[in-house]
This record gives sequence, structure tokens and C-alpha cells, in this order.
Amino acid sequence: MIEILDGRKGQVYEKRAGRGDDGIACEKASLAGSVSQRACLFCGSRVVLYPIADALHLIHGPVGCAVYTWDIRGALSSGPELHRLSFTTDLREDEVIYGGEKKLYASLTELIETYHPKAAFVYATCIVGLIGDDVQAVCARVAREQSIPVIPVHSEGFRGTKKDGYKAACESLFSLIGKDDTSPVSNLSINILGDFNLAGETWIIKDYYRQMGIDVVSCMTGDGRVAEIGRSHRAALNVVQCSGSMTYLAKMMQDTYRIPFKRVSYFGIEDTAEALYTVARHFHDLDVLRRTEELVRSEVMRIYPEVERYRRDLQGRRAAIYVGGSFKAFSLVKALRHLGIRTVVVGSQTGSPEDYDYLKEISDEGTIIVDDTNPLELSKFMEEKQADLLIGGVKERPIAYKMGVAFCDHNHERKIALAGFEGMLNFCREVHASIMSPVWNFSPAYQRRRREADDEPTYQSARTIAV
Amino acid sequence: MSQRTRAQELSQYDEKVARSSVSTQNACKLCAPLGASIVFRGIENCVPLIHGSQGCSTYIRRYVISHFREPIDIASSNFSESSAIFGGGDNLKTALDNLARQYRPAAIGIATTCLSETIGDDVHLCIDQYRKERKGTDIPLIIHASTPSYRGTHMEGFHEALRATVETLAEKGPCESTLNLLPGFVSPEDLRHLKEVFTDLGIRFTVLPDYSETLDGESWADYQKLSSGGTPIESIKRMGKALATIQLGNGLGRSPSAATYLDEGCGVRTHVLGIPIGIRQTDAFFNAITQIFDIPLPEKYARERGRLVDAYIDGHKYLFGKRAVIYGEADFVASMAVFLDEIGMVPALCATGAATSNVRETIVSALDESRAQNVQVIEDADFVSILEACRSIGPDIIIGNSKGYFLSKRLGVPLVRVGFPVHDRVGGQRILHTCYRGTQQLFDRIVNGLIEAVQEKSPVGYSYI
Repeated sequence: MIEILDGRKGQVYEKRAGRGDDGIACEKASLAGSVSQRACLFCGSRVVLYPIADALHLIHGPVGCAVYTWDIRGALSSGPELHRLSFTTDLREDEVIYGGEKKLYASLTELIETYHPKAAFVYATCIVGLIGDDVQAVCARVAREQSIPVIPVHSEGFRGTKKDGYKAACESLFSLIGKDDTSPVSNLSINILGDFNLAGETWIIKDYYRQMGIDVVSCMTGDGRVAEIGRSHRAALNVVQCSGSMTYLAKMMQDTYRIPFKRVSYFGIEDTAEALYTVARHFHDLDVLRRTEELVRSEVMRIYPEVERYRRDLQGRRAAIYVGGSFKAFSLVKALRHLGIRTVVVGSQTGSPEDYDYLKEISDEGTIIVDDTNPLELSKFMEEKQADLLIGGVKERPIAYKMGVAFCDHNHERKIALAGFEGMLNFCREVHASIMSPVWNFSPAYQRRRREADDEPTYQSARTIAV
Repeated sequence: MSQRTRAQELSQYDEKVARSSVSTQNACKLCAPLGASIVFRGIENCVPLIHGSQGCSTYIRRYVISHFREPIDIASSNFSESSAIFGGGDNLKTALDNLARQYRPAAIGIATTCLSETIGDDVHLCIDQYRKERKGTDIPLIIHASTPSYRGTHMEGFHEALRATVETLAEKGPCESTLNLLPGFVSPEDLRHLKEVFTDLGIRFTVLPDYSETLDGESWADYQKLSSGGTPIESIKRMGKALATIQLGNGLGRSPSAATYLDEGCGVRTHVLGIPIGIRQTDAFFNAITQIFDIPLPEKYARERGRLVDAYIDGHKYLFGKRAVIYGEADFVASMAVFLDEIGMVPALCATGAATSNVRETIVSALDESRAQNVQVIEDADFVSILEACRSIGPDIIIGNSKGYFLSKRLGVPLVRVGFPVHDRVGGQRILHTCYRGTQQLFDRIVNGLIEAVQEKSPVGYSYI
């Protein structure tokens, strides 16, 4: 019997008819001892800045934080690949006692002279503040000497949650913006914020915008380049995906450079189409609008027959979703409906009260909504709600597999593009391949559920939305 | 480059070559709490608790899960800004309470971090207070390992957790005719094989840690809070009464260690042997056991040995003089080098992330002096320094974990994946490295790696050799 810890009860919500409008507790530190799936503030800033491919990313601290984030994301680059190397000052006991500034200075200098990056980010990890290193001063000195931006990232793990790390990353990014006022920038131009070019997803999205006649000034953090970020303040619109991480930057750019922003998602047919239309409508340009309509129509026509084939196999299944950001969860709930799959458990590591309100709105009766869950709770909810599929990341995968449940990796290590129309097809293939695999027939948990289900009527009420 | 000039060039190196860079680039080591967490998951019904920021436990879980492909729950005391200022004691107690309540473990293994160690949290005092405050209630056994990542690698963490476990649990007493095995950081498949060996030899034994089931278990009918398996706590208590301890690898020469505690504290004699990879080291392993217990080597293992000799001969021409790069944990690298030498290969570069190790000493004592001279050892290595060293070595094959993939790609040289982690293939947890059977598998993979590399380069190709 798995119990939910007292300190976590407010973070679990089951949607039921007639239930009062009580909120979900969220945006708080993980309960000590609860085996949270979240990482720390450092992780938040590291994942956001990671795909800037021509920058040096130096992690100042003992070895762990660097080694666990070496080549961790599937964020591709069309050119330099400096972001895929792992650099650390690898502090030892003596440096912890006497200070790490000298080693930081020497490391930065040697690495910049070896790799010639366009900028350097220096991530301060837990103990750096404690031992009194003046990271800011070292960065300023090296920036002067090497004539590149050297930016401290205030990412001590204990200072907050992963979400606070996003903020620290946004502040670092912001310091790179506004450096280039001369390169030509079109009036029909945008920045893409919060897409990380996992498995080349930014390229898929950029190609849509190209077909629509819209220029992308900077992708910031997907196939990112320091020079592009430097002129991003002159784009006409910021288009924010993964808004949990990047809305903060969009707001800073709105306040400082008067660039409006729109929040979008590129996961699923509906959300991808809506994203492209949102951008097209913003520019009040009939040509852009016409091209967008053509693009969406031809893409939907192209993928629809295959999606339908998958839907015939998957109709009536139940899914659990546990992901980092809740915006991805919104899109997944909708995308799964296209496949006839009902979401019975949905949660995120970093959702806000508004995010959870929206999740409540779009979820079916009986759905469990959960903030900052853990393996035991997740297994309990999946068992109670008889999930056939889990969508999550590497840490969630063995939970699904041990339960005899299909799995789709939607996290940042993934090697398969899941964004855009093409991504929807890949998503369908991924889900279909796991659910339809015959190997489940051998799984003791799957066999047990089948035996138990024989006594119950088969689930018939999957709600589906026609394309 | 001829063998001769290569040897001359190598002789210019110091015995232990330090890397030239100040920073660590693509580290060839992990942090101490990871090693401790592996040990704690090798104890029955024990859950690891990392005393520090939330990220430490989550990153380590992700890293370990990607290799073992099993659930591994590691809790965190989840430091906040105020715990960093005022101490993490309250968080630790809350974490202990919540873990005990949700997991009902027999034991909780606490591994500290650079954060809690730097602020000077007195974890011992905190555990004492916790025990007093919870007196009369049924609390799990608590083991505490001090594992700041600025002091050593994951292997220091591994051995420290082992020491802490044995010191917390092992009891002195009248000798029971059992054997303690401290196998070091080997694969679950190795652990299963070593246990099979002891069973076949008919001796009673305790292997610590034993994550052969917890980190490579079966498919379940019902979700398990903690995977079953692991060294039973009762068995660890009786380790102080064993006839002897066999420690595989030198354990970074740490003292005090689990073995020295059992030896000096409980009077259990320790035999330090190399990890049994290759015929000589496996012979030494079997000899030690058969002598301690005065029993013969079972026919099954004599036959496995015979088949291995036969395979050595079948494959020897593909291997002779071939130059290998080996990297990873010091004990593993040292034993692997000894094995490669006995099959006629040159362990040209032996690299470990540990700052100090006995890799060089092991190689010098096991290899002929003239051959030992051909071996370059790098301690405190990272993958960039390994790549630099490879340029003068011109290796034919690379042997190590999957993090050497880029090395292999860059040099156009095959990689034989062994050890931990193997993140880019399935089955890393099932690689067998030890005893005659494991050596047989390694041998076949190395020979085939070399054969395949030659075959791939052939302009016409062939399907017969």
C-alpha cells in the first residue's frame, strides 16, 4: 500500500463532478525525503543555456554537476558543437578551503584560448557562494582580457527550484541581447524562444516560418548562436514555446525593447497549427496568412491518413503524463485525443496555479492532476487509473516498464523530433510502437491487469476530437 | 611508426603523466555520492538518501537508470537557502521521517555532498539526536558515509559507503566458516557469476554490495517500493565472524576501509586480489579460495579454463602487439591491463580519473619490466587528455565505458564497451567481465572488434577468415 505523504496531499487533485474549485498546491520546494523527479536550480539554468553552441559552458564547482550534464540534451547544432563538451573547474578539497578563484581564472583563460568561443557562461554551483568566490569579478576580468562576454550564471542548486534556474538563465541570456544594432533585420521577423532543437525540432519549425515568409532572427536556445542573440532585440515578435522557462525573458524584452510576445506550442496538430496562425495573424499580412493556410492544409492532409491508421489501433487507451513543464502537458493531452487516448493522470515538475487551472479545465472527469510527484505516487496513480501508456523522461521510463506499461520519451534526451506536423507523426509512431508491441504479453503486471479486466466491462467512452 | 621508435618516444614520459590543463574537460570520473548510492542499493531493503541539494539525487538517478534500466529511488534532504545558512539538520530529520514512512526500509544510507560538508553539518550528531527523539518508535537502521565530491571520485564514495556499512553493522564473534567478498564496482552479471562460483564451490559467503537483483531485476507483477535483493543486513552483521575476506582490487589503497575494519577490528584476515579478469588473475582468485577452504577446484571451472586457453590460442594472431587504450576505475583498469598483457596485447595507455591510484604499481608488479615500460599511465585523467595521449600512441582498440565513444569516433578505432556506464547500448548491466567465463566473453569481443575493424577497411570485403 502506497501512501501519499501529508506534506504532499495538497499537490494531488482528482477532477470530480461537483468538486469545489480548490486549487493545487505548487511552486514550492520539494518535500525532503520525497524522491522528487525534479532536479535543482543549476539544472534549470543549465538546460536552458545548453544549446548555445558557440559558447563555452564552464561549470565552477566539484566534478558532479559537470559530468552529469555532459552531452545530456539531444540539442543539435548546424555548426559549432562546443556545447556538447563538458568543462569544469573540478574543485578539490584545497580549493574549497582556500578558494577557487585562481583555478576559475586559469580554467577560463585556457579554455577560451583553446576553443575560441563567442561567449562564456560560468555556472556557480552549490559551494561556490559558500566558499566566498567572487565569480562576478573573475568573469569581468577575463571578459576584459579576452574581449568576449563572460557571464556568471547564479545557479547554486540550493537557492531554489528548477524554475528559479530558468530565471537565472534568462537573466544571463538577457545580458547578451542588444549588442548588435547594425545587421539588417526584416519587419516580418520573430525570435523563437524556448525551443531547444532537440533532434532538430527548431529546424522543422524554422522551415515552417520560412515557408510563411517570416524571418527568424534568433532561436536563442535552439541551435543558438551568440551573434544572433545579440541582435534579437530588433525582431518584431517573440514567439515563446516552453513558456515555463522563457516567458520571463520575453517579459524582460517586452519591458526593455517593447517586443510583444505570444505563447505557443508546437506539439500536436492543433497546437502547431494554432502556433503558426497566431504568428501569421500578428503581422496582419494577407500573403503571410495565405501561405500559412496553405502550409497547414497541406501538412495536415499529408499526415492525417497515417495518424488515422494509428488511431484505429490506439482508440480507447489511457495515458499518464509526467513532464517537466506543464505547457507540454497541455499539448500532450490534446495530441493524445487525436489518437483516441484519454489522459487519466497528468502532472508536471514546475506548473503554476494558472497552469493547473487550465489542466483541470481540459481534463476529463476522474483525471488525477499532480505537482512534483515521485515514483511511488506515480505508480499508485497509474495502477488506480489503469494507464496503458506513460509519457515522461528517462527517470520515469523504468516505472512504466516495471508496471508492464508502454512508454514514450518526451524529455530532453530524446533523439526523435516530436515537434510540428512531422513530429506529430513521429509521436504517433512512438506511442503506437510501444503500445502495440507483443512483448507486453510476457509481462506479469500486464497479465495481471488483463486477468482483472476480464471481470470488468472494457473501457468504451474515449473522447475523441475529429481533425 | 615502428615499435622501436614508439617505445623510445614513450620512454620520454614520466612514470605518471599528469594532464596539462587546469580545467577538467569531459571528465573520466563521477562524483562520490553516486558510488555510495550504488553500495546502499546493494543492501537489502536499504534506500539511499543524499544530504544536499535536490539535483544531486536526481542527476545521479538519471545517470544510474540510463545504465541499469531499473528504477532506483534515491531520496534527497533537499537543501534550501536557509538550510545552507542554518544547517541541514531539520531537513535531514524530515527526510528520514518521510522515507521511513513511505518506503518502510530496513536501512537508510546517508551520503553527504559537497554542500553539506562545506557548511560543516554534523551528520553524526544529527543522527544521534534523531535516534533519541524517535526513541521507542521503530526507526530504520541508519548508515552514514561522508562523500563530498571534492574529495575523490565515485570510487572513493563507493569504498567509503562500504566502510561505513561494515563499521555500522559487522559484529565480532566466534569464527563461522564463511567468506566475505568485497567485489568492488562490478556488473550485476559479475555479481551473479561470482555467487554462482561460491555456490558451486559449496562455501557459505557474503557479497557486499550485492546489487545483482536490485539493479538488474525481473519484470514485476506488482510495483515494488524497493526492488528485492541485496545483501541481507543479518549477513553484514556476521561479516565480522567470517573466516576470511577477499577484496577484489586495491580499493584505491584507502585506509580505514571495510576490509581493514574487518581485519583489524574483527580479526578477519583480508586477501587483496586483482579483479579476476584473465587466466592468471582468475587462477589467483580460485587458488585463494580453494586454499582458504582447503577444497578442490570443481571440474566445471577447470573445463571453462581449458576452453579459454583454447580460445586464446585460436585468436592470438589477431591480437599480438595490438595497442589498447583502457580507461575507467583504477582497479578495473589495472586488472584489464594485466589481462591484455597475458594475451599478447599492449595496454599502451591506462587512464583513470582517480587522482592517486595503484595502477602503475599493479602493472609493474604483474608485467615483465620490458613490457611494463610500454605502458603509459595517466591519473586524474579526463577524456581530452586521453585523446591527446592517443595521438602519440596510435591505439588499435579502445576498451572502456560508453563515454569513450567520441574518442573512438575521433580516432576511427573500435570501442569495446565494458564497465560503467554504458549509456548508448542496452545490456550494460549484463556484461560479464570476471572469471574464466567473463574473460572468454571479453576476449571474443576484443578479437572480433579488431577483426571487424580490419574487415571494414578492406576495399573488397570478405566473409571468410
